[in-house]
Formats: sequence, structure tokens, C-alpha cells
Amino acid sequence: MVDKPLAVQLTDITKTFPGVIANEDVNLSVGVGEIHAIVGENGAGKSTLMKILYGMQEPDHGTIEVRGETVHFKSPKDAIAEGIGMVHQHFMLADNFTVLENIILGDEPTQGGQINFTEGRDRIADIGKTYGMDLEPDTLVEDLTVGERQRTEIVKVLYRGAKILILDEPTAVLVPQEVDELFGNLREMTSEGQTIIFISHHLDEVLAIADSITVMRGGRTVATVSPDDVDAKQLAELMVGSELPTPETTDSTVTDVVELSVRGVTSLSSDDRKLLDDITFDIRQGEIIGIAGVEGNGQAELTDALMGIQEISSGGVMYKGDDIADWSTKRRREEGIGIIPADRHRQGLLLQSPLWENAMLGHQTVAPFAKGPFIDRKGARERTNEVIERFGVKTPSADTAALALSGGNQQKLIVGKEMIAEPHVLIASHPTRGIDVGAQAAIWDELRAARKEGLAVLLISADLEELIGLSDRLLVIYSGRIVADLDPLTVTPEELGSYMTGVGVEAAS
Amino acid sequence: MNVRRMLLSLLAPTSAIIFALIVASIALLAVGRNPIDAFSAMWDFATTTTSVASIINRAIPLFIAAVAVAIGFQMGLFNIGVEGQYLIAALFAGWVGGNIGLWQPLHVAVVILVAVFVGAVWAGIAGFLKITRGVHEVISTIMLNFIAYSAIAYFLSNWFRDEPGALNLKTAEFAESGRIPDLNWIFTALGFDAPGGIALQGFLVVAIAIGIFYYMLVKRTRFGFELRASGMNPGAARLSGVAPKKMVLTTMMISGGVAGMVALSTMFGNLYAYTQDFPRNFGFTGIAVALLGRNSAVGMALGALLFGFMERSALILDLEDTPKEVVQIMQGVVVLAVVVAYEVVNRMIERREVKAAADATRSMDIDGVGEEVAV
Repeated sequence: MVDKPLAVQLTDITKTFPGVIANEDVNLSVGVGEIHAIVGENGAGKSTLMKILYGMQEPDHGTIEVRGETVHFKSPKDAIAEGIGMVHQHFMLADNFTVLENIILGDEPTQGGQINFTEGRDRIADIGKTYGMDLEPDTLVEDLTVGERQRTEIVKVLYRGAKILILDEPTAVLVPQEVDELFGNLREMTSEGQTIIFISHHLDEVLAIADSITVMRGGRTVATVSPDDVDAKQLAELMVGSELPTPETTDSTVTDVVELSVRGVTSLSSDDRKLLDDITFDIRQGEIIGIAGVEGNGQAELTDALMGIQEISSGGVMYKGDDIADWSTKRRREEGIGIIPADRHRQGLLLQSPLWENAMLGHQTVAPFAKGPFIDRKGARERTNEVIERFGVKTPSADTAALALSGGNQQKLIVGKEMIAEPHVLIASHPTRGIDVGAQAAIWDELRAARKEGLAVLLISADLEELIGLSDRLLVIYSGRIVADLDPLTVTPEELGSYMTGVGVEAAS
Repeated sequence: MNVRRMLLSLLAPTSAIIFALIVASIALLAVGRNPIDAFSAMWDFATTTTSVASIINRAIPLFIAAVAVAIGFQMGLFNIGVEGQYLIAALFAGWVGGNIGLWQPLHVAVVILVAVFVGAVWAGIAGFLKITRGVHEVISTIMLNFIAYSAIAYFLSNWFRDEPGALNLKTAEFAESGRIPDLNWIFTALGFDAPGGIALQGFLVVAIAIGIFYYMLVKRTRFGFELRASGMNPGAARLSGVAPKKMVLTTMMISGGVAGMVALSTMFGNLYAYTQDFPRNFGFTGIAVALLGRNSAVGMALGALLFGFMERSALILDLEDTPKEVVQIMQGVVVLAVVVAYEVVNRMIERREVKAAADATRSMDIDGVGEEVAV
């Protein structure tokens, strides 16, 4: 082990973005011919680290060594030249091209100015033979299964001469048989001297395939372990951290009036996969229900279902005792269901528009924003100024374009305009993501105050401090199902980590 | 600050026109003409009252077509089918108008309503295909243009034709009550010569009303806000309660309804019927005018007048033996240049706003109000 040369060594890598430290003194050593897994929660810094290694971002400081030599990557081109390749989670293939065309795209073998398809075909056949990856080069990509597409992506990277492959959550899109096949391919590749860096949330898979595992948390590498020495539960605990934040000991304000009742909500994707599977919970006046879970396990679908955007195939949602299945999104908003969207840029703001128009968004049909079919500009500006004042949004005026504000101030505006409308139910999706500590504390205080006034809140977050600090009950969502109902006062990191990563599910069932 | 902002927004069209003049000068020099002479001839010719009336007449349909296109643009819909929509609307309006006799205001109103209705239905087909089958509106509206051409030919020769034996295919001519009187009195009232041999179209009044309607709809109504929100950020609009499908259909139909009125000025003012040689291409030029005017009512009016001016003044170039195609070069260049210039100016405005917001944050921190850590 000690004598093995290192394929990649990252030393003291630090990368900060405005307001956020994405990576802090990260160290990573990956041996040649090794499958090295990197695990961690969303926001733990895995993606940033991989982007640095693949040349998409430059670190603030720290060194990257490839096969013992220090390198400086300005772009992925430099990384590819050093034999590093990356397979992204979302495939980047042209559907109406064949496998062959996709693989050689951008690196076409030419002969007299024309593409030499024969040479490309031969090289792909060689790669297929060496690593046991069968591909039919003349099939259109649109006719491939997901597993085959992924194989195309991998071959594409190998075709460019990669010796070190970064796979970003390769199993997230695969069905179990495809996962087995992929793992077979990976083993084949390492036995031929390839090195693989494998990012995943699925701890069981990581334990099955990796030669060593590095755990990241909060932008740091917390441990590198051998799969022989740990089990899934220990790994989960490493991911979540051994200490959970202590919940604020505020008195419970939960009443017994149910505001929102979600009964067995099930939602199917277009190919009949269950996006939401029998979700059931009640939110009472003065209660905050926290939803924990690794992103992509149904959180977005749940908020969409509650807002009337995602279709529900069975089950129902009751609001103040009324079945709201037939209610449009507009009606839901008018009747007092507020929402803080998960992604403020994609769902919450009109960036080019002035703040007063942004404050109107979602409330454009009611006073003080509307007067009959017309917009009440004066009322809208007054209300916006109220939001600016009460929530401390720093802006020259209500006429400033939203894009001019910092992320924290944009978020304060979004939270403020929802809270000031005095909703009865608030769906808060990542209400403090990507904003600074001061703004975060202010938003938490507002949520606590509103809870005291009787607001029913569904808090969806990836921030454990937020979830444990605010929630009265903590539900864990995994693969579209609620897999645990926990008390934030007594929950242990091991429990939470196991449920979030799906380890605890089998144990419980 | 608002004065500076206004000056900044004037900067874009001004620089675009200057750029277009330079390119046109190069073209003129290339064919051996003196650009200064050519431009001054154009200007002198275009500033007679006859020319002014002609320019406004030319601008009316272009402006209405631009408004129709702009309504779609507001939510990111590309209605390329204004051409077919106004032609088929004019056919039906002409047919109805030629076969009724009513009190004048009612007669005119009925013709306009028929045009609006037919235009809305024709554009609505594209909207319906988009929301039910996901057909992109660019494809469907272009195809509907061709269907409209053929349908018009069929209806005109088989059903709506006035005199079966006549050489010129046209619908029955409007009675006096279906015509709108000209506005030439405005010139004399203002102390200018009356335009010779040309009538300033009375439909100008309706065009101005359409402009006001457009401004109010987009800027002052809830619907307009939802329209713009859907264009700027569909995800946010949906979450705020805008039903996207309904929005697409409504928008296409309003756009088509406005498109239906594009060529009515000609019908009310001098043709009094739908004829075989009914004026074409307003729909496509309207797209250029919408781009030129950046979807603003005033901007599109100025853009339409500019195009009207260029088309009118091109006539004199022919007489002076200068190729009038130079005007088409100018039209093309000015649209391209405006699009680029606006992008540059918008970035300047954005940068200023970001800076102003950052300054505001900083000054508040100094006052001790801010608790924000360095972002």
C-alpha cells in the first residue's frame, strides 16, 4: 500500500466563493489502479473538489499533483491532457447522433480533412475489448438504455486517453442490474491500470466497490477509511458528524388544529416510477415539520405536489379541512399557502425586474398589489418598502432591479414578502441556502416568531442545524418515501445519517 | 439618475442609426454615389407633407404587426404567423364588410371585430397545438402562413368573389358607411399644405389606441405582469400561480387578434375590399420593427416610422439613378445594430444598478444598521 505510486494527490486545497467556503484545507490521496470513493452530504464540497481536479475551477491555494508532478489546470483541456476524465451525472450526449459520432465528437480522427470513421470505430472496439464494454457504435444514442448511455460516456472519456476517471454519482440513474454491470466494468478498468474516483451517496454501494473511502463534511475531508474497517452506520455517522447541533429549547407552540394534512400522496413520473410514495403527515397550527434528506429524494416533487404543480396519482391533500385536489396554484396561494422556493433564481425572482414587481410575485392577484384587473403600483411599492424595512433588505430603493442585490438580500425579500402576506401554511424550501450568517439568523427568528403566531411550516432543508434548531418533528425522506419520524431533541447523528442514506430503511423494515 | 437612464436608453438606437448610416455610406460609395447627396435628397423628399402622410400610412400596419409580435415576445413566444393571421383576417373582414350596410361606426366596428376574431382563432390554432401536442409555435405559425395563403386563394376564387367574371379577384366593395375618412385636415389645421394625391389614413386613430392598449395591458394589468413573468422566469411564474398552458393560449390569441387588424388601414382607407393584390409582408417586417422598438410601445412606433421613412425616401433614390436597395441594407443593419447596442447599454445599466446597490449596503453598514458579514 505504501509503495504504490499515487495517481492524484491534493494538498491543502482551499476554495472560497463569495460568502461560502466550499473547500477548506482538503487533502486527498488516490493510488494508481484504485477505486476511491468520496462520500458526503450535499454541500459537503465534493463537487467543488472534483471541479478543481478536472480544471473547471482553480483553487485559491493548495497543490494538485498528478503522478507525482505538480500541475496547474486552467481549464478541463489541461486536465484531459494530463489524462483526467470526468463522467458527469447528467449525460452530455447528442441524442440524434450515433454512439460512434458521440464518442469521437470534438476529437475526430481525420484523414485529408475528412473524418476517418473507420479509425474511430477501431479505437472504440479496442477500448471495448480491453475493458469489457460492449457498445454498438452505429446505434443512435436516443435508442440506448440509461446504462448504455453511461457506458458511452465512459468510453468517450477513455477514448480521449484518460487514465484517471472521475464519476459523479454514476449509480444515481441506474437500476440495480445496471449498477452491477457498471461495477464489473469499473473492476475491469482498474485491473488494466485505470484509476477511478467515484462520488456517491449510496453507502452500501460504496462499501461494495471502493478500495478506499474519503468522507467529506462541511468543505473538509474528515477521514479516509478502508471499507474493511467500517460499516455503513459508521460511515453515515462520519458523514453527518458526531455532534448534532443542540435544538433551541423554545417551548412548543404546537396546537391541535390541523392546517395541512397530507394523506398517502403518491406521484408517478412519466415512466411510472414513484416520485412520491405514500407520503403522509399533518402540520398543525404553530408547528414546524422538518423534512431531512439527501437532495433529489422527492423534496422538489413534494413541494410541487402541495402547490398543485406536480400531479398526484393517489392520496390527497386537505387544507383547513378542505380537499384541495382541484385547486389551482393561484387559488392555493390566494387561500394562504405561502412558498419559499428551493432555488431563488429559477423559481423565486424576476432578476431584471424591480423589487416591487418581485414582491408581487405570487401575490399579484390580491391587495395591496392588485386593484381589479389592474396592478396597484402605489400599493405594491408601499408593501415592498414595508418588506425592505421589516426584513432589513439592503437596497437603494424598491425600484432597484433584483439582480443588483446580494443573495442574502434577495432571499430576505423572498422570505419577507411571503411572511408579510401572513400565510396560514408556509412551505419553506431551503430558506437560508447560500446566504450569510446574519441573514440566516434573521430568517430563523422570523420563522420562529411566525410559528408562535400559529403559522404551520413545512421546512425542507439540507442544513441539519436549521432542521434540528427549528423543527418540532423531523421526517426523513428517502426515494420518495418518508422513512423516519424523529424527535429533534433525541435524534442521534447515526440515526439521521442512516435514514438519509437509506441504510436504516432496510434495518427498519 | 432617471435623466441619465433615459439618455442611456436613447444611446442604443442613436448609435445603431449612425452605424447604419455609415454602412449605407460605404455601400453608396461602392456604387460611386456621394452618400451626402443621396441622404440629403432622401431627407428633402421625405419632409414634404405628402411624404409625411405616406410615411405615417406605411408605419401604421408595421406598428400594429410589431405590437402583435411583441405581445408574444413578452412571454417568449415567437409568433412568426402575423403574416398569415392578418391576411386571412382581412379576407374575412373584407367579405363581411362588403356584404353589410350599417350605421357607419357600427359598420366599421363589425369589420374590426371580425378581423380580430379571425386573427385570434388562426393564431389560437398554433397556441392549441403547443399546449396539447407540444408543437413549437415557430413551426406551426410558419406552416399556418402557408395554409392561410392557400385558404385565401380558395375562398377568394370560390366563395367570396364579387363578380364571377372579373379579371381582378376581390371581395365586394365596402359601402360608404364602411369607409373611414382621411385625416388630411390635420395638416391644414396645423398650417401646412394638404398632402397631394394621398390620404392620411383615418385608421391611425385605431393604431394609436392599439398602442395605448398594449402599454396598459403589459405594464399596468395583472395579466400583463403574469405575461412578463412567464417570459422572464417560467418557473417562478408557475409557482406564483400562473397556469402556463392557459397563458400560452391566451397570449397567442391576443397576439393574433391584434395581428388581425394589421392591414385594415388600407382596407378602410383606399381598397375598400380584400383584393388579390392585397399588400403583403407587413407581418415579417413587423418582427423587425418589434426588435427595433424593443417591445416598447413608443419604441415600436418610432421604429415603424423609421421604416416608413426609409421606404418612402427610397423612391427618390430611384429617380436619382441610385440603387434603392441601399435602403434595404440600412433597414437590415439598423435592426442588427440596435439588438447589439441594446445589449451593451443594458449591461451598462445593470452594472450601474449593482454598484448602486452595493454602495447602499456599504453606507448602511457604516451607519451601524447592517449586520451582514462580508459577502
